[in-house]
Amino acid sequence: MDKLIQLGSDMARLWAAHSPKYLLGVRNTLILAIAATVIGCLIGFLCGVLNTIPYTRQDPLPKRFALKLVRVLVRAYVEVFRGTPMMLQAVFIYYGLPYFTDGAVAFKGISGIWVASLLVVSINTGAYMAESVRGGIISIDPGQTEGAKAIGMNHVQTMTAVILPQALRNIMPQIGNNLIINIKDTSVMFIIGFIEFFAQHRNIVGVNNMFFPSASIEMIGYLTMTLTASFLLRWAEKRMDGDANFELVQEDALTLSAGTYSHPDRGTPFDEHSREYTGGKGDN
Amino acid sequence: MTGPILEVRHLSKSFGANVVLRDIDFTVRPGDVTTIIGPSGSGKSTLLRCINLLETPTSGEVVFHGDNVAARGVNPTVYRSKVGMVFQSFNLFNNMTVLDNCTVGQRKVLKREAEAARQNAMQYLEQVGMAPYINARPRQLSGGQKQRVAIARALAMDPEVLLFDEPTSALDPEMVGEVLTVMQDLARRGMTMLVVTHEMAFAREVSNHVVFMADGVIAEEGAPAQLFDAPQNPRTREFLSRFRGA
Ligand SMILES: Nc1ncnc2c1ncn2[C@@H]1O[C@H](COP(=O)(O)OP(=O)(O)O)[C@@H](O)[C@H]1O
Ligand SMILES: [Mg+2]
Repeated sequence: MDKLIQLGSDMARLWAAHSPKYLLGVRNTLILAIAATVIGCLIGFLCGVLNTIPYTRQDPLPKRFALKLVRVLVRAYVEVFRGTPMMLQAVFIYYGLPYFTDGAVAFKGISGIWVASLLVVSINTGAYMAESVRGGIISIDPGQTEGAKAIGMNHVQTMTAVILPQALRNIMPQIGNNLIINIKDTSVMFIIGFIEFFAQHRNIVGVNNMFFPSASIEMIGYLTMTLTASFLLRWAEKRMDGDANFELVQEDALTLSAGTYSHPDRGTPFDEHSREYTGGKGDN
Repeated sequence: MTGPILEVRHLSKSFGANVVLRDIDFTVRPGDVTTIIGPSGSGKSTLLRCINLLETPTSGEVVFHGDNVAARGVNPTVYRSKVGMVFQSFNLFNNMTVLDNCTVGQRKVLKREAEAARQNAMQYLEQVGMAPYINARPRQLSGGQKQRVAIARALAMDPEVLLFDEPTSALDPEMVGEVLTVMQDLARRGMTMLVVTHEMAFAREVSNHVVFMADGVIAEEGAPAQLFDAPQNPRTREFLSRFRGA
């Protein structure tokens, strides 16, 4: 019990002294995680769509070749970025660019670090999302695609109006996962000097050695961010599902009954509306 | 324009080695209500899908107002917007309300203004008795209601001909009537229709031409009275006998 009180007061002291630093870390973590998740989703959607453009044997050879090539490239991208540590990718890209351009092009200064971090986390998220989006697209029954084609919609219109909104809804849980993973895993960007929440912990304890109290603050901070994210995502999913009920738009009583012959005792539609509009008087 | 709307000429379709349609020929004129009957697997759906270019015919022509739309290099989207299709499984857009289902094609394909599209959709939704349900989503509707919305969605494109592929086969028996009523009403208004169906009463009473398909060919065709009362082909007789007394 004493220890807990001790911890509480240590955390309070740390917070009083360093709260602007912690809060800056929180801010940067959130901006990077949210922006990278959004960009990553866009990349994922682009790849998912490119990957599911249909082609048949009747299509001209160049089109088939181009689509095959696109699929191979997307596949390679996914495998490379899913198959290597993000921390290593950050180092690879951050130092790779000046290496190849003899320092002419580099990620310079704070803004350079931001660009590099955003790039790495986004393409990482994109690699994971590409597969989710592909799954989300192929899970929509092909009947809806045919329904859209049958009224003359082209592939892009079908995708944007019919398939992708449903795919998006289906993969909301994965988007949520990615956001939460990004909130946590952007911490590896300290390797290229990005100042996020965990980097601030390292900076602060480097001076005062209060490892455990600071780690406790970090634990609480990360949990607060991730729990809030999960809550907001659940809420968004609910909103996307729309109302469980709908309002009948009833202009007059006749519109409602017109065409609704769901009563077997009225016989087939071919023996007509006989009892429909007698107000039920015929029955008693 | 009194010529035929659609002419199917020497149309054949194979899936790999499986020849599903062989040398199909027929013509659809304005105001025709043609029903296509025949045993399951005889190629009726494939024929409709070839006409709508959802499948590419292996050979032969689909001629729409004199142009072969099945030719290589023809963009099918404009043609498809003039030829409506109603599916057995409705194929409504699940992410949209009833009203949006009926306006999205008008807006995106025909580039109509939102209000014009809405008014046009409302007119057809009223015609099929679904106007009160414009805010509902497909999952909240019964099968018969979904199919009536699907019909309104096709009509809202103001097509010249409507194709129906067994529109009542996926429905519970008590809902078949409401859909057939809507279709009968359409026929009475002069809509040109091509209907694959197992509803023999509809074929006999509403259509003016009946095509009997078997094994990928048109085995017999003619006026309903002739085909139902005096079938010439033994296969037609055998097929129709299954519906007697049912
Ligand atoms: N996409 C396809 N690939 C291969 N075979 C198919 C395909 N679509 C239909 N078929 C075959 O074509 C034949 C006719 O099918 P269909 O046109 O659906 O008949 P119907 O509508 O008269 O019941 C069937 O033998 C079916 O197996
Ligand atoms: Mg069929």
